[in-house]
Amino acid sequence: MALLKYESQVRPPLVDGNKDYHQVTEDICRPVEAKPSGLWWIGFIISIILLLFGVFSVTREVIYGTGQWNLNKTVGWGWDITNFVWWVGIGHAGTLISAILLLFRQGWRTGVNRAAEAMTIFAVMCAGQFPIWHMGRVWNAFFVLPYPNTRGPLWVNFNSPLLWDVFAISTYFTVSLLFWYSGLLPDLATLRDRAREKWRKNFYGLAAFGWTGSTKHWQRHESLSLVLAGLSTPLVLSVHTIVSFDFATSVIPGWHTTIFPPYFVAGAIFSGFAMVQTLLLVTRKVLGLQEYITIEHIDVMNKVIILTGSIVGVAYLTELFMAWYSGVEYEWFAFKENRANLFSPYGWSYWLMMGCNVLSPQIFWFRKMRRNLIVTFFMSILVNIGMWFERFVIIVTSLYRDYLPSSWSTYYSPTVWEVGFYLGTFGLFFTCYFLFAKFFPVIAVAEIKHILKRSGQNYKQKMDVVERKSVEEFASEQMHH
Amino acid sequence: MAIKKFVVGCFDEEQVLFSAVKNVRKAGYKIHDVYTPMPIHGLDAAMGLRDTSLHTAGFIYGITGTTVAFSFITWVFTTDWPMNIGGKPFFSLPAWIPIMFELTVLFAAVGMVLTFCYLCQLAPFVKKDHFHPRSTDDLFVMAIECTEKTNEDEVAAFLQNIGAMEVSTQYKETGWWMGRYDRETKLFGKQVEAVS
Repeated sequence: MALLKYESQVRPPLVDGNKDYHQVTEDICRPVEAKPSGLWWIGFIISIILLLFGVFSVTREVIYGTGQWNLNKTVGWGWDITNFVWWVGIGHAGTLISAILLLFRQGWRTGVNRAAEAMTIFAVMCAGQFPIWHMGRVWNAFFVLPYPNTRGPLWVNFNSPLLWDVFAISTYFTVSLLFWYSGLLPDLATLRDRAREKWRKNFYGLAAFGWTGSTKHWQRHESLSLVLAGLSTPLVLSVHTIVSFDFATSVIPGWHTTIFPPYFVAGAIFSGFAMVQTLLLVTRKVLGLQEYITIEHIDVMNKVIILTGSIVGVAYLTELFMAWYSGVEYEWFAFKENRANLFSPYGWSYWLMMGCNVLSPQIFWFRKMRRNLIVTFFMSILVNIGMWFERFVIIVTSLYRDYLPSSWSTYYSPTVWEVGFYLGTFGLFFTCYFLFAKFFPVIAVAEIKHILKRSGQNYKQKMDVVERKSVEEFASEQMHH
Repeated sequence: MAIKKFVVGCFDEEQVLFSAVKNVRKAGYKIHDVYTPMPIHGLDAAMGLRDTSLHTAGFIYGITGTTVAFSFITWVFTTDWPMNIGGKPFFSLPAWIPIMFELTVLFAAVGMVLTFCYLCQLAPFVKKDHFHPRSTDDLFVMAIECTEKTNEDEVAAFLQNIGAMEVSTQYKETGWWMGRYDRETKLFGKQVEAVS
């Protein structure tokens, strides 16, 4: 057993059941190779309908202009930018799991990283829709790119946080996609070599890029994964930092704060983990993968949720305190009257945010609650609602009362087409996720095999005997001396 | 590339594989490659492969990205079209750092993945010969290349002796060609005769 790295018996196994390498392949490839279930079809069709409704809503917006939305003179950013920040934030958990936890050598990431990375990519795709369609004249969207043009050439403003966002989001999407797909190659090769039907062999043969599993290729693959993880870690922090700069570098009361970057990043990871929980609780149940995405995984992710949720809570209180302590009357007014005052027009959204993001995750101090699937699922939804309202509070409650009280009378609420756009991105997200869950292995097969002999339940049990024996031997040896 | 003759041994335990690699190398046979379903740490060193310098390439791509971003923005804002934004200096480096960083990451990641694909000869529509269909499932497959001097029976017996659970002799193409995995496609170009 010299090869096996020692892992303490205190750590619970990451793969339950009596597994060997072949069984792992079988378990994870089975849902991909089976016919889709009725439940899958229902979910998929609902997603497609939502997507089509979104396409319809956006088409109206393109034809008639942003007047289809209820944005008004002071609230120039409403649901669109709220949804943008919300979706980008959700994406962050995937990168945290795949990159940061890889650098921290957290073995449990192997069970969830593939699905979480897919979630990242789909979430960023959804996020990107909002600023693009918000442009109104979307046919001019390519103006954000610095290309030699006939208007001078007139370049984009590299000093603007909005342009930084263009670079940040597109880089984030590209790098996440490359990271995800390079990790998928070996698993696609596994599917290819197992395939019986012609189309399957052809499809996975095409998708696997001719992967063979050569030792030299694995060596490069490991190096690539490590460096991409090292690149993605600062990248993911930079992306939400830059998103927060969209607000923080302005002079609007409620936005003009230096706490935004870390506060946004923590919030992003918080909401992202909630979404990972929502998706994986359903995925593991429907695809029968409870032995790979175990209660331990859920427990650990709930710990991340309470940690990041508490960071967010501290940030809320800090910005509230700083608004008062700064002595800037406009800042304090924005916080006291527009947000914290429950009876102000949007006061309800502030307290909804506080309740969902700060109070409710505290339930996860209890181990029993962290390991309760129903509580976890309910909480994951609650956190996502709360985090949506956080962005809504930041954007709308800062804008709806500007420096000119005569323009305060308008109460911003979305039109059906604004809501339709948002629902449409849900359609896009879940359509992609359903296709992913059907055609790709939702768990990284090769990575599970890599940790199997160290963290698999049956292997750990074997090691337990060895460990006990060696301790006893050691003790008796010492006694005879 | 050419079609060559290989003696192929399959193993199902890492420990057996490691000692087998050691023994095969000691006996002086040439390991063409070992195919494994997952990365096995230390196997590359055991096979005597040198470390990859892919990360060095990544670093070079990264600094290329930084340089491109820095020099391009500098040229745009100081030479090509200086813009007076609130009386701030044309050369406003701190405001460029986000884009410089993003391009560093973008160049490094894209460059590394392309280099990785090039080095490993991975691309869509690429087809390669495989020694065993289970090498991506649960078997560790060692291919030993035969030369004129090799006695294949001897090699096969040797492999069996050191723990291979399945031994065979195979003629395989070592390169790649454009093809589909759902049928036996012919190789591109002229076929090279197998070494007898």
